[in-house]
Amino acid sequence: MHLQVSQVSKTFGEGRDSKLVLDDINFELVSGQFMALVGSSGSGKSTVMRLIAGLDRPSSGTIQLDGQPVRRPGSDRGMVFQKYSLYPWLTAAENVAFGMSLQGRPKPEIRERTAYFLDVVGLAEAGRRLPRELSGGMQQRVAIARALATEPKVLLLDEPFGALDLQIRESMQEFLHDLWRRTGLTALLITHDIEEALLLSGTVHIMAPRPGRIVHTVDVQLDRSDLRHLRVSQPFLEMREELASCLRGLDGALL
Amino acid sequence: MTWSPALRRSFSHPWVLGTLGILTVFLVWLIVTSSGTVDKLFLPSPGTVWEAGTNQFRGGILVNDAVASIRRVFLGFILSAGLALPIGIAMGTNRLICRFLEPLMALIRYMPAPAFIPLLIIYFGLEELPKVMLIFIGTFFFNTLMIMDSVKFVPHELVETALTLGGRGLPILTRVVAPYIAPQVLDTYRINMASAWNLVIVAELVAANEGLGKRISLAQRFLRTDEIFVGLIVIGLIGLMIDLGFRFLMRRACSWAN
Repeated sequence: MHLQVSQVSKTFGEGRDSKLVLDDINFELVSGQFMALVGSSGSGKSTVMRLIAGLDRPSSGTIQLDGQPVRRPGSDRGMVFQKYSLYPWLTAAENVAFGMSLQGRPKPEIRERTAYFLDVVGLAEAGRRLPRELSGGMQQRVAIARALATEPKVLLLDEPFGALDLQIRESMQEFLHDLWRRTGLTALLITHDIEEALLLSGTVHIMAPRPGRIVHTVDVQLDRSDLRHLRVSQPFLEMREELASCLRGLDGALL
Repeated sequence: MTWSPALRRSFSHPWVLGTLGILTVFLVWLIVTSSGTVDKLFLPSPGTVWEAGTNQFRGGILVNDAVASIRRVFLGFILSAGLALPIGIAMGTNRLICRFLEPLMALIRYMPAPAFIPLLIIYFGLEELPKVMLIFIGTFFFNTLMIMDSVKFVPHELVETALTLGGRGLPILTRVVAPYIAPQVLDTYRINMASAWNLVIVAELVAANEGLGKRISLAQRFLRTDEIFVGLIVIGLIGLMIDLGFRFLMRRACSWAN
């Protein structure tokens, strides 16, 4: 898998009212990589994700997945949203099966894979429950299982834990890290949380607003054998502070 | 005042107070009429109304009238609901169709449906068709615009999730939009059904051979207030049954939305 984002710009509106929201975005993502885009609101990070998902088209530049230009949404790029991530009228299992049945997979295969992916996200027992009967963290796990079940080449996570309480968010970060290690998935995470980005990603891009652009890229090499320990370790805290001051500098330049 | 827990519990049941409200009005009615302070011609006693009702029922008039009115309501409303669904969805999903139709519908919606009666009689005569058409005109535009609104408020994340799972075109409509709006559509129908009932009575007051509205206007001619009361109560009861039917359907079909 090779995702290539080259010289991508995005303008909303036309003529005098037009607004440049993304300016010359470049990066690539390969199999097994976990990458994060970090920025404050207005930095266009969600727009980058929508362009990769094919929900919007870039104004200029190209996005290629395995050499093929991205033209429209497809199940090779699975997506998890922050809000309304599940279909409220479907049970957890039916939600997981939903994408596979849109793909037209045979029923026995859907049933088998649904059970498997519910198990992968630790919700084997919750299959018959409706989303409103699940906690916020469980709902996001179902949404991740649903995306994974359609075998995406890359998983796009748009602030997936942004609406969760701090404690649940931390355990979800550990869950996602564990899932990444077990399944070798490729992921692009959008977040405004530096700690979350550093904990999970091998590469972190810092984005600046107006117009949205990548201003800083770090390769994160940390020992991730114990995330709880890592959160409070010296090298981690130093890195976090460095990135935080970088982000503060960007905001300060705007004031 | 100390209430026993059993009494308090029985009062907390949602139907208890509602039934009590109806019983209160009934009791006041009974007391006022039996005290003889009001002329029987203006306010017949519950007993007289009951008698008039059973007489009409035994003679078969009541059922005949009710069936005639219900038939008109259902024909007109099924036509309205059936057409409003695809057009409302089309307006809710396609901006061009919406821009084309919305001003037109918003305009017609404010024309009072009963004002169409003279025109409908000229076009369709005095048979069933003008009455069915009146109910259609009176409910179609409300149904359509309310369904359009419910489609517009489908969270775009739900649609986009389906797109990123490999969905396209019709399945998005049938498997995402349709289930999401189902409770609102049923509620729209439930609300607009009330105006369908209003309109059938209005239509029958103007011209009809049978029907609950017709019976009321005949009763007026002979100063039979007891029969007017029968008509009003039966109309209310049938409306209530339909309302409860829709609520039941909603609870069964869309339990996730409660």
